[in-house]
Amino acid sequence: MKQNIIFGSSRRAQNNRSFLIFLLPSLSAFLIFVIVPFFTGVYYSFTNWSGLNTGNESFTGLDNYRQILNDPQFGFSFLQTATYSLLSVVIINIVAFGLALLVTQKTIMKNVYRAGFFLPNLIGGLVLGYIWQFLYNRALIIWFDPSLISVGNTSILGLTIVVTWQYAGYIMMIYIAALQNVPQDLIEAATIDGANAWQRLRAITFPLVAQAFTIALFLTLVTSFKQYDTVVSLTQSGPAMQMPIWFANLYGINPITVQSTEVITYNIYETAFVRFQLGVGQAKAILFFLLIGVIGGLQVYFTQKREVEM
Amino acid sequence: MQKTSNDKQKTNWSVTLKQNNWTIEIISVLLLILFFMPIIIVLINVGKADNNAIILDPLGLPQNYLSNFLNNIERILTHRQIRYFSSFGYSLLITTLSLTAIGIFSSMAAWVLVRTKTKYSKAIFFLFLSGLVIPFQVVMLPLVRLLQDITNITGIPMKETVHGIVLTYVGFGAPLSVFMFYGFIKSVPLEIEEAAIIDGCNQSQVFFRVVFPILKPIFVTMLVLNGLWIWNDYLLPVLVLGVKNPVQTLPLSVGVLAGLYTKDWPLILTQVILAAIPLLILFLFVQKHIIKGMTSGAIK
Repeated sequence: MKQNIIFGSSRRAQNNRSFLIFLLPSLSAFLIFVIVPFFTGVYYSFTNWSGLNTGNESFTGLDNYRQILNDPQFGFSFLQTATYSLLSVVIINIVAFGLALLVTQKTIMKNVYRAGFFLPNLIGGLVLGYIWQFLYNRALIIWFDPSLISVGNTSILGLTIVVTWQYAGYIMMIYIAALQNVPQDLIEAATIDGANAWQRLRAITFPLVAQAFTIALFLTLVTSFKQYDTVVSLTQSGPAMQMPIWFANLYGINPITVQSTEVITYNIYETAFVRFQLGVGQAKAILFFLLIGVIGGLQVYFTQKREVEM
Repeated sequence: MQKTSNDKQKTNWSVTLKQNNWTIEIISVLLLILFFMPIIIVLINVGKADNNAIILDPLGLPQNYLSNFLNNIERILTHRQIRYFSSFGYSLLITTLSLTAIGIFSSMAAWVLVRTKTKYSKAIFFLFLSGLVIPFQVVMLPLVRLLQDITNITGIPMKETVHGIVLTYVGFGAPLSVFMFYGFIKSVPLEIEEAAIIDGCNQSQVFFRVVFPILKPIFVTMLVLNGLWIWNDYLLPVLVLGVKNPVQTLPLSVGVLAGLYTKDWPLILTQVILAAIPLLILFLFVQKHIIKGMTSGAIK
């Protein structure tokens, strides 16, 4: 064992000490601020913790989870989050891949295009939401009235466009890195054999950049599910809309008014800090965590199957 | 600026012919202009006197553009609740302190985890990795309560303080940073460290004098990824610092302004520009590092 030169038994005591000293700052911050709240959070999700009775909450078993399953707004939040995520994963990746193909061509200002398409990524989510709230409701309204984000049925699409503008340039960079690794001679050989641009793309490029697809799809999926800042400033979870009849039927109720862009993260915040049902909010957060884990895991599993090793 | 082999081997998926290039050049320019339209429209409207000017003609360039714009800037810079300079200063302080602490502490931890081959070091590494899959929403409520509990027990204020939020960022930044440093340090040859030990270096000298300088490329990636996140972060500061408290970051100040003047768009847009401009200027100077850092961070 080479390590014995450094961590040999004769110096074990001293090395154990320095092992701890090197590890402790990072590990203790991580344990205190992430791991401890994670586990206490699991416990709080089974209690009637509300804003006012800190320290007095009592164990209520699965009550919170039962309440969540019977809450149509939460179900609707889940539906809207899933719709929004699916929509943005598809649109962001199509736009990003298209841009990546474009800026890997032999153009003069290639680097300008790359930096330009990437630029919106530097703008924070909250600031971004205000910019687009203005664009939709004040500027573009002269052509598109009512604006996308002022109607319940289209507000999710409005949000998707905003996030695509922000995120496509970043995902484009991932595709650029992958496209640059596609061997030029393979493509040339296919061209000589008479393959057209689409055939070359489908038969050579797609399989060889499959790994980038796995990463990009995972990143866009998880980022979409965790979206919060932009919703706060773009729509504040609105506008309100009547829930679809088929959805109301799932709960056996008449259609009620729901918030169209109240994504799960927003719903959790509202539950905890507006309605002060922190226990219920925490239970929603735990469900959210399990949901992201399952969906992210499934996505990686299925896209990884399509990857090709060079 | 290093060029990777990828940059040199500029591949071209479609083997374009020369005559196509001008078409592609023009398409790219047009798309870029389309992409910049939101920013252009914002820039047009920061020079309007009030909301009426926007409602009348949202896309036209106003008269007295410059004087209106300067007036809007002045209103923001002198506003008592927006506190632009103080917010900028706190954003800078919090981001710098957090990045320094995350960089040094995470690389130290990653180094001993790579170089110590015991079942404990493996387990601790996997514990760090588990942090990558925990969304912030899952820990945010207990975290707020924990910060309050720490204050109640020790008497040390945590909420609404710079050290409180920096320590929180060190915890939340650890998983990704330790993971990235870990991967990089694994490829650093052990012989260099052995030579340093033979020359009489102790452990911390080996790390800070020999290993640390080698980490520069991955350090840049770490700075970019964590820096963008912390600088633009909104939810964590809302919870830890709160709204309208003395310690206020730039995103918080944007939220405060938009809450105070819901309909004064020229003012809101001016603040949007003022909040985004520091990072855009930085981007102009270190563009290559930022793009490379963000891309390599994602691929690893």
